[in-house]
Amino acid sequence: MPLYRDEAVVLRTHKLGEADRILTMLTRQHGKVRAVAKGVRRTSSRFGSRLEPFMVADVQCYEGRNLDTITQAESLASYGATIAGDYGAFTAASAMVEAADRLTEDEGSLQQYLLLVGALRSLSRSEHEAGLTLDSYLLRALSIAGWAPSFVDCAVTGAPGPHRYFVPQLGGVVADEVAPPGAARLDAGTLDVLGALLAGDWPVAEEAPERSRAQASGAVAAYAQFHLERGLRSLQHVDRSGPELPRRASVRPPIGPVDLLPVPTDPAATDRADAPVARPASPGRADASPETPAQPAGISIARVAASPTTAAAPAGHPEHQEPPA
Amino acid sequence: MYEGIIQDLIDELGRLPGIGPKSAQRIAFHILQNPSADVNRLAEVLVKVKEQVRFCARCGNVADQELCGVCRDPRRLQTVICVVEEAKDVVAIERTREFRGLYHVLGGAISPIDGIGPDDLSIRELLQRLADGEVTEVILATDPNLEGEATATYLSRLLRTYDLTVSRLASGLPVGGDLEYADEVTLGRAFEGRRVIERG
Repeated sequence: MPLYRDEAVVLRTHKLGEADRILTMLTRQHGKVRAVAKGVRRTSSRFGSRLEPFMVADVQCYEGRNLDTITQAESLASYGATIAGDYGAFTAASAMVEAADRLTEDEGSLQQYLLLVGALRSLSRSEHEAGLTLDSYLLRALSIAGWAPSFVDCAVTGAPGPHRYFVPQLGGVVADEVAPPGAARLDAGTLDVLGALLAGDWPVAEEAPERSRAQASGAVAAYAQFHLERGLRSLQHVDRSGPELPRRASVRPPIGPVDLLPVPTDPAATDRADAPVARPASPGRADASPETPAQPAGISIARVAASPTTAAAPAGHPEHQEPPA
Repeated sequence: MYEGIIQDLIDELGRLPGIGPKSAQRIAFHILQNPSADVNRLAEVLVKVKEQVRFCARCGNVADQELCGVCRDPRRLQTVICVVEEAKDVVAIERTREFRGLYHVLGGAISPIDGIGPDDLSIRELLQRLADGEVTEVILATDPNLEGEATATYLSRLLRTYDLTVSRLASGLPVGGDLEYADEVTLGRAFEGRRVIERG
């Protein structure tokens, strides 16, 4: 039974038997690994919270026929504890790990690992709004997987932009003559936000009007849902209400039907903007993250294997790596 | 592969959680070898539990009447509600004999990756119970895992608008455990929630 040791971020867990769990982990060197953590659900388990979702751990496993078994685990970063204290961040992180799970269906990559760890760290530190961090992560993770969108030049013909029609099925914005009937038109502000999210230009993304950010989120959701084939279940539960909390009321609310927190709007619904486009954003900003692979001007949707040479993220301990932006 | 009703029994037993085909076969032959009275008793209980057991109309706990035993008991504190994920958690807390209030069973925890959002839990029913103003404290006793913590975060945010005390079960070191094996999060929380034994 060969033993191996690796750094891993826990994507999701499934209960197994009386007190065990099956963990799906994205590791630095071994790609996606499914392993059993024995006795982890007992309160006296020595694993404790180290193997909860969003946690980064140094794990030792031995290989099994179907599933590996975790023998030891040491925490490298406890993002889960802080993320669970912010509901918006929790829902965004859930969508991230679900996307990572799907994008690494067959094998993982160092780039995907570093991108996910960086995004979770950014969420746990509340560096940016959770919804924006999620959108940026989805665009970059899809890019690494070979589905990089184009927000400037036509994704089909390569004709220089700006273009107004956004067609997820065709790989981004397309020229007027290529756009199919009923294609969504995005306004200039939305395309600016999308380009900024892809490039990691946070000032542009954060200062954009709420409407542009909402439309950009819808476009990202539509793009991700199409390319991941099966939709991401977490996306409909993402809470984008922001960090503002309702103030404590001095009187009780009236008796009667009670409204829960606002449910995010249907992402597809925000994909039908009809405003004219003036200037789309450029995907190749100067301050792009080191983890963002270089984006060709116009990219078709054909899946291309991400070259290992594009993995520009620094290697080493996750705590010492740069966040995604 | 057996024929007829024996295979049907093995198939049905194999659908139970944690029962594989070999276990199902072993249980099936154990039933065959048991006296008829024992098997009849088992069959009667199985039918009865499905017919009679339901969920409490007020708290969502398992009950054999419209209201569960806790909700029917007039001696229970009507001003404190302990929110738990599952009915099994009610039994665990009742075993402590420390809590004399009422319960509210959510029916799970928020888990977006499994497609479970706030609307899939009995949160609306909880808020309706709080609306009459009788309850003064809500204890969030969801599991101390990621989904449970996130559910508690969501509920605490929701309950800020109500004029009541919202508390969360303490978490820290388990009794009988070793300090050196405690993970950082658990140990950190144990420090946060330390008790003063003697004040100098």
